[in-house]
Amino acid sequence: MATAVDNIVSDKLFEWLLRRGDSALILGHRVSEWCGHSPVLEEDIALANVALDLIGQARLWLTYAGEIEGKGRGENELAFLRDAWDFHNFLLVEQPNGDFGKTLMRQFLYDAYQVLLLEALENSSDQRVAEIAAKAGKEAAYHLDRSADLVIRLGDGTSESHRRMQTALETLWIYTGELFSGDEVDEVVSDAGIAPMPETLQSSWRQIVDEVLTRATLEVPDTTFSHTGGVTGRHSEHLGHLLAEMQFLQRAYPGATW
Amino acid sequence: MKVSTDTIWQWLAEVPDPEIPVLSLTDLGVIRDVRWEEGTLVVTVTPTYSGCPATAVINLDIETKLRSCGVENLRLEQKLSPPWTTDWLSPEGRAKLRNYGIAPPVESVGEMSVSGRLSRLSGKQDLVVPCPRCGSSDTEKVSQFGSTPCKAAYRCRECLEPFDYFKCH
Repeated sequence: MATAVDNIVSDKLFEWLLRRGDSALILGHRVSEWCGHSPVLEEDIALANVALDLIGQARLWLTYAGEIEGKGRGENELAFLRDAWDFHNFLLVEQPNGDFGKTLMRQFLYDAYQVLLLEALENSSDQRVAEIAAKAGKEAAYHLDRSADLVIRLGDGTSESHRRMQTALETLWIYTGELFSGDEVDEVVSDAGIAPMPETLQSSWRQIVDEVLTRATLEVPDTTFSHTGGVTGRHSEHLGHLLAEMQFLQRAYPGATW
Repeated sequence: MKVSTDTIWQWLAEVPDPEIPVLSLTDLGVIRDVRWEEGTLVVTVTPTYSGCPATAVINLDIETKLRSCGVENLRLEQKLSPPWTTDWLSPEGRAKLRNYGIAPPVESVGEMSVSGRLSRLSGKQDLVVPCPRCGSSDTEKVSQFGSTPCKAAYRCRECLEPFDYFKCH
């Protein structure tokens, strides 16, 4: 009986870990698309470093996911040999980069969530989850410093930068509700003391977001509508295009190593 | 061959960090444990940042060094917890950084908590990082990230030189 319960938890934990790992991986890949294209050299380096942190975090989550699944899949198999419907990332992170402002707005909305989630996960009943969260949390906090600072500077900048940041906020806002929509995976993992229910993070997130957006002279869109589905494998069309590039090598040359 | 762990630590103190070669791996604080398990030497290493590309090179350098010193049975282990912090930079390491032109971390890790960071978002002043060349406190942050994940880019308004700041983590 205990084994059956454990199996249910480990099935859900596997999916929950994929949500963490896939969101970090897909956002890391998106941010890495800026490499060599940023408006100034310092920002190019900064974006590449943020991408590196995220991809490093993805490796920690996906390696653990593979161990929990117990079918011999490691970080590489999970990253490169799954198709779009088997990815469990948030819709927010797969949205195209757009201009520099939209990239920073997406980063800010995600960083504020990450900082709160990872802080809560440091008290996870699962020791490995707590360790990864403690490591990743320090990086996420630094990312938030940077993305919040730039959102304020660009929002409260020129009329052109303000206009672009307001447009970015309106485009991305409808993808933020998914961060706080718990489902049965979250319920099982939460009952096991591994993670909080996503809903419990929303008011703190809103506090951070409101404070920064107010200073950035930006207005939160007046809508409660939210797209969902990413974490259960229903994605926007953008993810397939991203994977086609990210997974090209393994698709063209299966099993290639160097 | 089974030499004392003290000797192993001395050997590891001769391995430079691949990205900041003025520091040794022991200055950096990434070697967390050295022990013998029967006939196998086990070295425990922690990454600085999750995605730091130097991690793989560090592991390779440790292995190369110890094998060249005659260690045959060797295993490297990665340890995430407790996470690496700049508090583990040795005092010698901090002095070496400064002499090399990189400002060592000046904050305490306590200020790095989420609440500490959020209060800084709401307007608390940026920290003062003295210029490693002329010592002036009149410096400004150019970018939150420098040439590696562990550094930020600063500029001195006194001597006008740019410099790296090894940021607190």
